[in-house]
Amino acid sequence: MPDPASIPPAPDRLARTPLHALHIDLGARMVPFAGYELPVQYPSGVLKEHLHTRTQAGLFDVSHMGQVELHGPDAAAALETLVPVDVLGLPAGRQRYAFFTNEAGGIEDDLMIFNAGSHLHLVVNAACKVADIALLGREIGGRCEIRVREDLALLALQGPGAEAALAPLAEDPLPASFMHGARVRLAGSDCLVTRSGYTGEDGFEISVPAVDAERLARALLAQPGVAPIGLGARDSLRLEAGLCLYGHDLDPTTTPAQAALTWAIQKVRRTGGARPGGFPGAARILAELDDPASVARRRVGLRPEGRAPIREGVEITDQDGRPVGRVTSGGFAPSVNGPIMMAYVEHAYASPGTSLAALLRGTPTPVRVVALPFVPHSYRR
Amino acid sequence: MITRYTEDHEWIRLEGDVATVGITHFAQDKLGDLVYVEQPRVGRKLAAREDAAVIESVKAAAEVKSPVAGEVVETNPAVVDDPSLVNSDPEGAGWFFKLRVDNPADVAALMDEAAYKASAV
Repeated sequence: MPDPASIPPAPDRLARTPLHALHIDLGARMVPFAGYELPVQYPSGVLKEHLHTRTQAGLFDVSHMGQVELHGPDAAAALETLVPVDVLGLPAGRQRYAFFTNEAGGIEDDLMIFNAGSHLHLVVNAACKVADIALLGREIGGRCEIRVREDLALLALQGPGAEAALAPLAEDPLPASFMHGARVRLAGSDCLVTRSGYTGEDGFEISVPAVDAERLARALLAQPGVAPIGLGARDSLRLEAGLCLYGHDLDPTTTPAQAALTWAIQKVRRTGGARPGGFPGAARILAELDDPASVARRRVGLRPEGRAPIREGVEITDQDGRPVGRVTSGGFAPSVNGPIMMAYVEHAYASPGTSLAALLRGTPTPVRVVALPFVPHSYRR
Repeated sequence: MITRYTEDHEWIRLEGDVATVGITHFAQDKLGDLVYVEQPRVGRKLAAREDAAVIESVKAAAEVKSPVAGEVVETNPAVVDDPSLVNSDPEGAGWFFKLRVDNPADVAALMDEAAYKASAV
């Protein structure tokens, strides 16, 4: 029996976001997620919410995610010691995807970094935020000031109708293209708006003072074509877009090359670049970039024959039944109108077109490796 | 004709010695949008509470069990073609399969509507 003192206590009460009362008003079905009580769906259901986001505009409450600011002239250089990403070269008003790595070259969390000019604004995963904030404090707390912004909520407005819905509330210009951001007054609140998201659609993430969040959310929901969207559709939207969910498609044992995220590591941090390495696990991560054949497994997209969804944890085999990988995310894709999966498979089986099998309820079901994403991105470039 | 319910949220409607089986409104609401249905083979003999059909919603996989022992005599192709029928009309057009029951008294012994409604909260 493990020492009881080593077992973290179960949270006896789930945290709530500033939009909790709004979710209840809207008839949401609330579920526990990363220590928060969050809407998994509203009365229209996951399928309709998903398709609504792809055709109009969906409003998501992502206030459970961590928002952290790094202040001080050394903040960008300090952060570069924790992520294999070009932070010093990130211009003001621009955002970049990044991940915290460990000494083994694995991924501890993935995050977004925005250069707000006077400071860096980070958005990290809810389930990792306590560890991330501890890491920042321990490793670079002496080089910059770390401000955890628990006073901010985070909304995402996603879909082809997002700009038309947001523009009437904006008193300042909205960021004009993907991964750009700006301070914008929205319905009277001072917000940080970035043109980004987790659905593959054009859209915005809006960092808003928590006290103003419900008022802004209601103003957005009053715009034509905007509907509230829960975590269920958020998951199917991001899976169709081929985007990783930390704790499922990424974990401390997956390296950037295995996860097919090498595009996020700019040349300047690679072998031969101006600032090569200098982040945890650099030796392994850069070696895998230099020699792709050394990467043991790779994240791929899979499509099965037939219509039965195949879910996380299902074993993937070659056509002779030898195990070659495992599904890390899988389900029914409403916009594809069929089942899709992301999986890690051995390097030799990772090329699109490769025929494999998934053990579905004990029966080998043919699956095929396909290119990601399953649904093309519609970012505003 | 009698209709009975199980604690696994199936309904079963007996006419003569043939019974129609489906899932309740409560069950479809809990599962969310259905996206896949796999029916048992016609002619298959099922024991009471044996897994018969496989259903998948956007959220989860589940089974429809046979409430009583019997032989599958017909399955509903409409719910395979359009699983959303189970959500929109679970106790009508969204039925799953018909059984020739081994013993009609087994059906009568299950929960009636009042008992089911009292249990499914």
